[in-house]
Amino acid sequence: MRNKFADVFYDLGKDDPKLCIVVADISPAGSIAKFRTDFPDRFVNTGVAEQIMIGMCAGLAQRGMRPFAYTIATFTLYRPFEFVRDDLCYQNLPVTIVGIGGGVTYSTLGGTHHAQEDIAIATALPNMSVIAPCDPSEAETVTRWCATQTRGPVYLRLGKAGEPDLTLDAAEPWEFGKLRYLTKGDDVCILSYGPIMKKAFEVAERYRAAGQSVSLISAASVKPFDDEGAVAGLKRHKKMVVIEETAPVGSLGLKIKALAYEAGATCDVSSFCLQDEFMHHYGNHDELLAAHGLETGAIATALGLD
Amino acid sequence: MSETLSNVFDAGAARRRCLTYRRRILDISQQVGALHIAPAFSCTEIVDVVYNGLMRWDGEDTPDVILMSKGHGCMIQYVILEEKGILLREDLDLYCKPGGRLGAHPDYGVPGISASTGSLGHGMGLATGMAYGERLQDRDGQIYLVLSDGECQEGSTWEGAMMAGNLALENLIAFVDLNDFSGLERMSEGHPAFHPVIDKFLSFGWEGVEVNGHSADEIHEAVMNREGGKPLVVVSKTVKGKGVSYMEHVPIWHYRAPSPEEYKQACDELVEISA
Repeated sequence: MRNKFADVFYDLGKDDPKLCIVVADISPAGSIAKFRTDFPDRFVNTGVAEQIMIGMCAGLAQRGMRPFAYTIATFTLYRPFEFVRDDLCYQNLPVTIVGIGGGVTYSTLGGTHHAQEDIAIATALPNMSVIAPCDPSEAETVTRWCATQTRGPVYLRLGKAGEPDLTLDAAEPWEFGKLRYLTKGDDVCILSYGPIMKKAFEVAERYRAAGQSVSLISAASVKPFDDEGAVAGLKRHKKMVVIEETAPVGSLGLKIKALAYEAGATCDVSSFCLQDEFMHHYGNHDELLAAHGLETGAIATALGLD
Repeated sequence: MSETLSNVFDAGAARRRCLTYRRRILDISQQVGALHIAPAFSCTEIVDVVYNGLMRWDGEDTPDVILMSKGHGCMIQYVILEEKGILLREDLDLYCKPGGRLGAHPDYGVPGISASTGSLGHGMGLATGMAYGERLQDRDGQIYLVLSDGECQEGSTWEGAMMAGNLALENLIAFVDLNDFSGLERMSEGHPAFHPVIDKFLSFGWEGVEVNGHSADEIHEAVMNREGGKPLVVVSKTVKGKGVSYMEHVPIWHYRAPSPEEYKQACDELVEISA
């Protein structure tokens, strides 16, 4: 996903002199390294200084540039939070903040590198859009959107590298502010976003094996969220399952339950997310997710699919 | 484009303007319960020089930027923008009132206001980005940044200063309003290691000069006589509340609005100011 972002950014940046990228001492991967070589003026490294990374992006945008800020997810939002809030959101500037490794992607690096509350924090900010693509293909589409939109600041939450493509045969194209049906079924609806979508696919297979017709939805447009589409989904299906790699506070699971209550929907809703705690666990990404209870077998058991 | 950037600067006219600006701020102080008079009075001459001696104007348009990083000093901006016709008298009449668009800190989107500030330590990063944005687009916009001395305690100010030095942003000119007061105490007493501030900028690759911040021609001359090739800092020694005896160096006037009697006394005093 990270590499696809880099490819697309290079592709767009070579033709658009307004595009620039400001990083905070992160080694540029793939095509971003090539962008740095080919367009050195439009690649800025502020060093280990995230406040100025965000502040500079705001100033660049105010003078007509189209900047992307780029570093590990925790350091895009947490360290420079007030700069994100005041400089980007309050002034409503079209700057894309690229957070690499949202959730617990950096599974061996410990809690300082886990962006497990990033969705809650980013969605709480007025004017901020939050987009979390689930695979390289979706990352390509949303990166192109980020590079041309004039709406305001965006938190673009990416995984790391090596995610499988899941959406090449999707039933619908990605559209900003809309839920995206990847497959359409009648009984169960599974909603997810970000790289954990692969577990949503696995759970969907379990339902299908049990004879259920399954819808799969990518909620890559986390904010603005498609309330209307979600309510329609709640009314269309008997069961909705939300699987997401984020802390419970501020999660889409809670939002879907609130929407179901307000709409008087009778659909049963189950939600799965990270625990509200710091895990002192190490391992690969799947092992960290399992420590939080986000393991396909455990989810299937909780859903009565054994 | 009318090029007003020249070595000719009428110091007498600047003194008269600054008296007018201070009196206008005092007038506004009688409309509202609280406002930042003293912080505006300490940077009056700095801001006057930027608007009337440095920025290039074509009617209400300019390729340059003034960024009030010490957002609490924005009253001086408002009265100058009113004089220039960029803000209206009604705007100032509705200062900090329902239906108005001017608050006690400047807000991006209001005509003439380049950034939303108020939280200290943001201006240096914004200005660094703006100055670099001008370079990337082959434009020569000059970015004039007004900093308080207190916000030079923010680490972000130095993250930005270091980056501006790295990039050798010649079109970034920062003024430090060195009135020696942060919110709680005198900087020189509470944080003696803060001084000398100019050395810190110099060590980050800036050109620097120290001036009397109430001498408009000295400020102007400092910018005119720069060597160039680097960002410039003009460390301007000022008096918080300058021009009104009972406000000078008295912290409560950071916020307080004068009573009618105090207002009258202030007006009586504001007929001449020595630099």
